[in-house]
Amino acid sequence: MLSIKNLQASVEDKQILKGLNLEVKAGEVHAIMGPNGSGKSTLASVLAGRESYEVNGGEVFLDGKNLLDLSPEDRAREGLFLAFQYPIEIPGVSNINFLKTAVNEIRAYQGLPPMEAKEFLQRVKEKQKLVEFDAKLANRSLNEGFSGGEKKRNEIFQLAMLEPKLAILDETDSGLDIDALRIVANGVNQLRSKDNAFIVITHYQRLLEYIVPDFVHVLYKGRIVRSGTKELALELEEKGYDWLKESVDAEEKAAL
Amino acid sequence: MITQVSSSLYHQLITTFDDGLVGKDALETIRRNAFLRFKEQGFPSNKQEDWKYTNLSLVLDKSYTLSACSQASLVLDRAEIPGLDTYRLVVVNGKFRADLSDHIVQKGVYICAIEEAYAQPGFHEHFAQYADKTDDAFVALNTALFQSGLFIHVAKNTALDKSIQVIHVSSSVESQFGQTRNLFILEENTEAEIVESFIAQDSESNSLYNNVSELVLSENAKLQHYYLQTGNTSANYINHTEVYQKRHSLYNQYNCTFPGASFVRNTINVRLDDQNVESHLYGITLTAQDQLVDNHTIVDHLKANCESYEWYKNITQDTSTAVFNGKIFVRTDAQKTNAFQQNNNMLIGEKSVIYTKPQLEIFADDVKCSHGCTIGQFDEDALFYLRARGIGEEKARVLMVHAFAFDVTERFSNEFVRHYVDELIEKGLKIT
Repeated sequence: MLSIKNLQASVEDKQILKGLNLEVKAGEVHAIMGPNGSGKSTLASVLAGRESYEVNGGEVFLDGKNLLDLSPEDRAREGLFLAFQYPIEIPGVSNINFLKTAVNEIRAYQGLPPMEAKEFLQRVKEKQKLVEFDAKLANRSLNEGFSGGEKKRNEIFQLAMLEPKLAILDETDSGLDIDALRIVANGVNQLRSKDNAFIVITHYQRLLEYIVPDFVHVLYKGRIVRSGTKELALELEEKGYDWLKESVDAEEKAAL
Repeated sequence: MITQVSSSLYHQLITTFDDGLVGKDALETIRRNAFLRFKEQGFPSNKQEDWKYTNLSLVLDKSYTLSACSQASLVLDRAEIPGLDTYRLVVVNGKFRADLSDHIVQKGVYICAIEEAYAQPGFHEHFAQYADKTDDAFVALNTALFQSGLFIHVAKNTALDKSIQVIHVSSSVESQFGQTRNLFILEENTEAEIVESFIAQDSESNSLYNNVSELVLSENAKLQHYYLQTGNTSANYINHTEVYQKRHSLYNQYNCTFPGASFVRNTINVRLDDQNVESHLYGITLTAQDQLVDNHTIVDHLKANCESYEWYKNITQDTSTAVFNGKIFVRTDAQKTNAFQQNNNMLIGEKSVIYTKPQLEIFADDVKCSHGCTIGQFDEDALFYLRARGIGEEKARVLMVHAFAFDVTERFSNEFVRHYVDELIEKGLKIT
């Protein structure tokens, strides 16, 4: 589904991603872990198309489409979804209106007519339940005055509504208490299918107890330095990142 | 002091009056006095604080014809507000056209051309009693030389069964200097909604209108008043609105300006001259290209226990300029005043300009007054957030401008006008 080859990206002339490779197949959940500053959020931003990041090399294909050639909106319409680490508050734009616009813009791109109001409301109801998202919040302005947990839940609600092929969760667990974490993870698990895929970016192993990944990758200095199964996450939890950093740094030195 | 002696329009007007073009009518003394005031003052210059950012020479250093010749056909579609059923009144080049207007049969509502209203009850009691006290040269000029306009009288205990829509059409073949004078009187216990639309027919000409409206709200009168400026580059406007309010009256004004007319100056003064008066001034200004839109407002609290609420939003595109000046007076007698003012600005055009000045002058000691002002740009993070959900950039911008305007548009008392304005915002954003 997603194929990233030798991806290099910088922000304000600082090289962050230095040749990243990743293959994600339909039905899989990949976790990306790594110490602070390793480039995890950069990867999410670059994939979603944030303009302040410059891609200096490599390629990214989503089901055969070259993502890097597409605008952020077209990436979303091709089925990419980024759950933001810091969802934006937009006073004056109602949550529901925003979702309706998004759903219909995506449908228009796929050559479909706007969704019938009844069907849309039905879906809203159903998905709200799925992520235990308060109906009152759905009618409010987008994220305005939401608590941290409500904002994250809103991201998952949007994810449920838009039904993307590939969802990237950028530190969705940060700022969540244990109950909110369980609700969010539960929502994601119900949305998992053989046709979609998830990339879960996180600092901590905690989230991965709820969203069990098929693969775990460790990002360090802009590259994936270790890949494994969920046991790798446990090992990191136990030992921290230092042992890994040391061994990677040693490898680098040896290569020189 | 005459500050604009070089102005060709000034000379033209001085000669006109001396020629006696006006003729003798019932207002002769009032007109003569007003003319002397104008002659003495001359047009203001940008050395005067109230005109500092609005360069009048753009519109005054030109020659105009003083008698308009209307285009053969009139297209009024632009002013149509979908869904809104109104009594339609049409003013062409400043002249009220009863032949194009609906005849209102409702008892208690009287409408006629102002030049035919001199004998009407209330006329002499109110005409030139408010706006002319302001030392405004444009008001004096209008009083001296206006030729037509609209007189609306709503008798005691009357609630209008439909809104009145006044369509001001600029349709001059040549560049015209037009002066419209309006007097709207709402007697005690009345209720009305007046929607004034400004449109201009496509034309090579470049007209200038100096309009003055006086509005009187007697005890317990309620007025919803909309200004919808949707003209084009063939017309420029200097509008003065003077509102005089008595006890328990409510005045709500919604002042909206969209891309089109190159030069728009609105002077809006509201005098709360009795206890328990409530006034709301809302404004949306969306500018484009090299348009200049200037809103100067005064909310004058003269008596105790009144409430005023003012919220203006400016959105500037391209190289346009928006000016906002909001003055609030709280006079010595106006204890327990509650006055609120807010002005938010969004600069979209990198070379667009906004001048804003909130001004509070408070002479009473037991009052609640607040004001705030912000200037910002498009929030790029918000834009990215919307785009990351599949919403196209253009649509995302429209959504964000709607969101910005929402604080004001949500206050609109009439949902048809609100939809219409939302659509004009959308259209106005697409111009660039």
